[in-house]
Amino acid sequence: MNNFIKRSLALAGVVVMTVAMTGCGGSTPKATEGQKFSGQTVRFVASNHTYTDAIKPLIPEFEKQTGIKVNMESYFEDQLTQKLTVELTSGASTIDVFMTRPLQEGRLFSKNNWYESLNPYLGDAKKTSADWKWNDFQKSAVAATTLKDNTYAVPIVTEWQTLFYRKDLFEQAGLQPPKTLEELEAAAKKLHNPAEGMYGIVSRGQRGAAVTQFSSYLYAYGGDFLKDGKCVLDSPEAIKAIQYYGRILNNYGPPGVTNMSWPQAQALMASGKVAMWTDASTLLPGLLDPQKSKVADKIGLAMFPAGPGGQHPYMVVPWAVSISAQSKNKDAAWEFVKWLSSEDIMKKAQLAGNTTTRNAIWNDPAVLAKLHPGMAEIAKQMGAIAIPYDRPVMTAVVEARDSIGDLLVKSIETGGTADIAGMVKGVVVKVNELLTKSGEFGQP
Amino acid sequence: MTRFIERNIYWLFPLPAALFILSMMAFPVIYTIWVSLTDWSMTSSGTAQFIGLQNYVDLFKDPRFYNSIKLTLYFTILAVGVETVLGVGIALILNRDFKGKNIVKGILLLPMVATPVAIGLAWTLFYEPTIGLGNYLLHLLGMPASNWLASNTSVIPSLAIVDIWEWTPMVTLIVLAGLAALPNDPYEAAMVDGASHWQVFRYITLPLLSPTILVAVVLRGIDAFKTFDIIYTMTAGGPGFASETLNIYAYNLGFGYFKFGAASSALVALLALVLGSSLLVLWMRRSWEE
Repeated sequence: MNNFIKRSLALAGVVVMTVAMTGCGGSTPKATEGQKFSGQTVRFVASNHTYTDAIKPLIPEFEKQTGIKVNMESYFEDQLTQKLTVELTSGASTIDVFMTRPLQEGRLFSKNNWYESLNPYLGDAKKTSADWKWNDFQKSAVAATTLKDNTYAVPIVTEWQTLFYRKDLFEQAGLQPPKTLEELEAAAKKLHNPAEGMYGIVSRGQRGAAVTQFSSYLYAYGGDFLKDGKCVLDSPEAIKAIQYYGRILNNYGPPGVTNMSWPQAQALMASGKVAMWTDASTLLPGLLDPQKSKVADKIGLAMFPAGPGGQHPYMVVPWAVSISAQSKNKDAAWEFVKWLSSEDIMKKAQLAGNTTTRNAIWNDPAVLAKLHPGMAEIAKQMGAIAIPYDRPVMTAVVEARDSIGDLLVKSIETGGTADIAGMVKGVVVKVNELLTKSGEFGQP
Repeated sequence: MTRFIERNIYWLFPLPAALFILSMMAFPVIYTIWVSLTDWSMTSSGTAQFIGLQNYVDLFKDPRFYNSIKLTLYFTILAVGVETVLGVGIALILNRDFKGKNIVKGILLLPMVATPVAIGLAWTLFYEPTIGLGNYLLHLLGMPASNWLASNTSVIPSLAIVDIWEWTPMVTLIVLAGLAALPNDPYEAAMVDGASHWQVFRYITLPLLSPTILVAVVLRGIDAFKTFDIIYTMTAGGPGFASETLNIYAYNLGFGYFKFGAASSALVALLALVLGSSLLVLWMRRSWEE
């Protein structure tokens, strides 16, 4: 009896196992076309940005589609540059894909050959299919991530200088959004009421961070950072711009401006303490989020005003995505880059508040309907008049920004009354020195 | 095998520690000194060349270098000075027995245990001139509002306040340990002689405690010279360069401008400064005792 039971159990076990194995065998799918790189891992080093926030929850879809595992890390912009530099200097980095700022690091990283050239990937029909639509990217955006005919990154967002203002306060005071810098100063003066805890205008004042937001003021006066590879901040127009920036922030700005980068200025605007804020368009979501902003429904957008030198706010590609030249999984990395800049994913990012770089998305009425009122018209008008850089375009840009930013801080501290003309000479000498050391002096 | 160990035990046992010190401490210092003699930089063209003492010559010509030394000394003396006085005072109070003493001790130690970056971010919010609690407190006390971190006159004192808040407990701990080791005889003799509390403190406690206080001052001084975390997170050396201490300056040179040669020379200068100051203090103590 025992023997019989034992034997029948064993037989049953064998039968069950056989069925299970054939069942399993039958349901295992063959590796599909999209699963070419299945099992590989891509290390993605990103920056804290609304675009990253938008794609993070979508990454599991990519992993399921392709079988590639994505490990994502994210840092604040300055720390990201430092981390990338330290890792890539070692020559043995495991980074595969990283976000980069073409204007801040483009030249430095290209010089050190840390970007993988994307030309072979874009040109190879097997690596990049035509329906990914590389030619749908905005021409100016692609120009920003191409150096000497070598495309080193895929541009993902654009941003431009915007004037954020409080619609309710302007209505109360019977004001229209300012169209010239004179009107801007007058509006700031009218709405400046520190006794009631309301300040006229805020803009970045912290040393290096202030330079990019100051740039539009500089261009509006007809000035520029560099001309033909030489620093021209000592021109009378530039000096007037520096004095203007210091004057309005000192007279009509909140205390503590010289320690503010965009997070602090955004927090002040969102807590309803400032009437106007000039900064990058990509910071709008932080003002509209009812969780973070007390004035989410009172924010208006306007074109950055014109000055004596015309209306030339900046419009730049602040972030792009590239493949590390030291990566060991370049093809899998390219699949990931294509995915996160594909029309589908980019549209989702745009709807989350980003301003992206594909023409089709900007022409899509469904997307346009969802944008904040004013955003689309401003973007369209900007194309013709905007300047494509918001800082001096050079390799040692960090040191140059610190030098220029120090002068801006001095201007803000004295309300523009310090000897700007005298102090700017030292800045010009320093910037020219930096250009010379990296072999860029005199090169247009 | 055991006979070999027994015979050579004097150098065999310290060997792991010696290797550790060599690789983790001696090597980085020597390598930094070596890099400071080159012009290694990511932004200039060409590979790193040996340039001898040129980095130091450039450093001594740089006004930002002297600015950073001045600010480092200002910050260190201010912070360590106040920490020592406060720390000794709190230690004397905690040395007595009172109800809830252990709870008070626990709470007082919390600032030391918190993460410096979190401390920096929280205090930055506190110091925000418009929406922060700092000016609100000043308003309640009837004092004028301050720009705290945004003014070049108040930025170092503001940073020093954070450092004092964070590290006074450490001075307290060290001094408490010293107090516990003090002998009882002089106190009994003083009581018999009818000395007042202040006389006891000044003529007995303080002199007996001075070696311990000196240890605390040297330890805190070395750390305060090198303070990086709170300054970096709160002002990054700003406004302008008004809080750029020597360590922050070296960091900006190395990780902002990627001029590793120049940064190394600034760091060697920092090492010399810290080492020199510590030796000076210890030498002064020895001459006091004689």
